Amino acid sequence: MKDNGNLFLPPGHSTIAPGTDALFDFIYYTSIVFFAIVVFVIVYSVWRFRPWGFKGYLRLFIIPKDALEIKVTGQRWFWSFDYPDGATSVNDLVVPVGKPVKLLMSSKDVIHSFFVPSFRIKMDVLPNRYTMTWFEATDTGAYDLFCTEYCGAKHSSMIGKVRVVGEREYAQWLESSSKAGEGMPVEDYGAKLYAQKACITCHSVDGKASTGPTFLGLFGEQVKLEGGGTATVDENYLRESILSPQARIALGYQPVMPTFQGVLKDKQIDALIAYIKSLKESGSK
Amino acid sequence: MDGIPAYNYLNTPKGWKSWLLTRDHKRIGLMYLFAIMFFFLIGGIFALLIRIQLLTPNQALVKPETYNQLFTLHGAVMIFLFIIPSIPASLGNFVLPQLLGAKDVAFPRLNLASWYIYVVGALFLIYSMFSGAADTGWTFYTPYSTQTTTSVIATTLGVFILGFSSIFTGLNFIVTIHKLRAPGMTWFSMPLFCWGLYATAIIQVLATPVLGITLVLLILERLFSIGIFDPAMGGDPVLYQHFFWFYSHPAVYIMILPGMGIISETISVFSHKKIFGYKAIAFSSLGIAFVSFMVWGHHMFTSGQSEIAAMIFSFLTFLVGIPSGIKVFNWLATMYKGSISLAAPMIYTIMFLILFSIGGLTGIVLGALSVNVHMHGTYFVVAHFHYVMMGGTVMAFLAGLHYWWPKIWGRLYSEFWARVGALLIFIGFNMTFFSQFILGAKGMPRRYSTYLDQYQPLHGFSSVGSFVLGAGFVVMAVYLIYSLFRGRPAGNNPWGGLTLEWTTTSPPPPENFIETPKITHGPYDYDKVIADNG
Ligand code: HEC
Ligand SMILES: [Cu+2]
Repeated sequence: MKDNGNLFLPPGHSTIAPGTDALFDFIYYTSIVFFAIVVFVIVYSVWRFRPWGFKGYLRLFIIPKDALEIKVTGQRWFWSFDYPDGATSVNDLVVPVGKPVKLLMSSKDVIHSFFVPSFRIKMDVLPNRYTMTWFEATDTGAYDLFCTEYCGAKHSSMIGKVRVVGEREYAQWLESSSKAGEGMPVEDYGAKLYAQKACITCHSVDGKASTGPTFLGLFGEQVKLEGGGTATVDENYLRESILSPQARIALGYQPVMPTFQGVLKDKQIDALIAYIKSLKESGSK
Repeated sequence: MDGIPAYNYLNTPKGWKSWLLTRDHKRIGLMYLFAIMFFFLIGGIFALLIRIQLLTPNQALVKPETYNQLFTLHGAVMIFLFIIPSIPASLGNFVLPQLLGAKDVAFPRLNLASWYIYVVGALFLIYSMFSGAADTGWTFYTPYSTQTTTSVIATTLGVFILGFSSIFTGLNFIVTIHKLRAPGMTWFSMPLFCWGLYATAIIQVLATPVLGITLVLLILERLFSIGIFDPAMGGDPVLYQHFFWFYSHPAVYIMILPGMGIISETISVFSHKKIFGYKAIAFSSLGIAFVSFMVWGHHMFTSGQSEIAAMIFSFLTFLVGIPSGIKVFNWLATMYKGSISLAAPMIYTIMFLILFSIGGLTGIVLGALSVNVHMHGTYFVVAHFHYVMMGGTVMAFLAGLHYWWPKIWGRLYSEFWARVGALLIFIGFNMTFFSQFILGAKGMPRRYSTYLDQYQPLHGFSSVGSFVLGAGFVVMAVYLIYSLFRGRPAGNNPWGGLTLEWTTTSPPPPENFIETPKITHGPYDYDKVIADNG
């Protein structure tokens, strides 16, 4: 048998040799390839991530002085945003392009985490103190917003969009949001708010029970309460349920409904009540 | 019995009572093995249910509440009932005294007590499954865990009890290694698996009490609202995270160090070559154990800790790479120029090297601060720790299981089917979890029962991979169980190992060695032994 050996093995001169050498070579070369990958990735990582990692992380804490400040509130299971001039939105953060935006964040219940993959930012949102982060969007568009700290049943519905718009559109949006509901039937405005303000995560309008009771046919009904007793659903009961949901709990449900005190304006509560009233059982719509 | 020694620990003494009251470390190890394999099966079923749910973006199987319980149970069962006790309590128990040339562990009764404590803890977890299983995730983060109505108390009490089992095993091993080495066996002629178990035991004894205290505080908080974690009463929920990770990060090394110990054995045996850098491997185990206590903050880079703290934790985290890298280098150097036989234990060893390297290197990615901010809480983390825990620890466990199987039962399994199983596991594993690196980098958060459409292709791929992985384990279960009845007798030393357990019969007699073994060569002296035998 002719076998010239290689860097390591002497020339082989038996029938056994080729098999042995082939096996050696195979393992040897795979090991080399793999080892090369290991070393390459180590070197690459050290070069690519280390100093940049520290610096990039530090940048997260150096918030530009002229940043636009938006208050972010996380609660099970939606995000609400308060803008400097009194506008509010839910699960829909609207910001101008090319301008630093500072987010001042806190939670009303458990820990959440504010994550925008496209911006590479994430910060936990805590119940007992403010946390901050900031970004400056470079392109207009709508980007995913996720909650990344597990927060219960509808954790995976605690998502929204960050809408990056031009300076002009941003100003327009602020203005229209303060005039929202004008010139449309009040029930329609309520229907819009039902989706916009995240009632939709917990209440259906088709009769199915979800985290909370359905709105279909709710108005005028007698509801059984946790701890005994009943209540008639009238305007005042609805208003109380929205502003202090923990006051009376519907039987068979968890007391997880967040308060909308401060999130909804009076006009909006009126609209929601009108909408709920309009949702009558079968046919009589 | 054809070729199986008539006098062995499996049949002497007889009767179920002699098992339940046994003080023989081999029987206790075996009882642990059955228990952990049972829970591996349960945890695996939860995992498959999770993957079925995620086949489609919108709730393919169960409602969100149930999904949240599934991933909590999957994590809690796999971590506390399977992986932490897996190698030390089952294989470690079985072979440690034999590796040292001893008759038993230092405290045989305590050893049996550990097993019963484990069973009691496990019963609490099982009870919790039927009384509204916890939905907090295996980390039990406050304030969610103090508010949810699910059975957090039963679960955490179970984990608390399991902690004692772990501490007792660690204590037992430390004393055993100090006191019961055969005459002539020095610290540096111990097989490296003993070093791995020793480093593990130190962490078990030092870190587990912190978890115990933390969980007791959590239970008190739930029962009596003592206000240590609840912000409404001036408590701090992030404090809980500090406490929790102060245990749970070292616990990661409770899981991996014994696995590294097994690899140090198998790689030398199947390369027929002396282990390269014995002392470096031994000390790197202790080094890892030491550093492991100082890196917990890397779980909290986005929890609002100070930048300075984050930088220090990040730096210390990179340090863990050094002892781990030393080990990988030594293992490769052992293989290099060896004469490598690709028996099942070696196949799993190589799988370990590949998967663990990927797990370790992606750990560097996660340790880098600004990258962590993006990856934290996403599937990238899920993929990373499955590569380390499953690709690392579980592969090492399987290497050890296949390596010592003939010693445990006296019979050999089918090498052919072992390869089929290993191939399925390797392919399935990488399909399942490599896709999750990509998912995470693209922003997919973990612990989501539903997800946006754009993630479906990768989730689907991952789910299919998990079925392949599951099939691999079914194949393994079949050929291993089959071998118990039809396997060829193994003889004392089927692999040509040089450590002491291979000098006794398979299965060994109750007292391990008929005569106290004499140390004539080191555990890895292949050159010497081959020279002596011509
Ligand atoms: C996090 C889930 C959640 C969200 C979001 C939510 N609710 Fe609720 N809601 C509940 C639950 C659970 C109940 C039943 C327990 C109770 O009475 O507090 C409830 C009860 C109610 C009730 C009383 C119903 C009854 O039968 O007593 C009204 C009215 C109501 N919600 C309106 C709203 C409105 C309007 C919104 C949006 C602005 C909203 N909810 C958002 C969970 C939610
Ligand atoms: Cu959340």
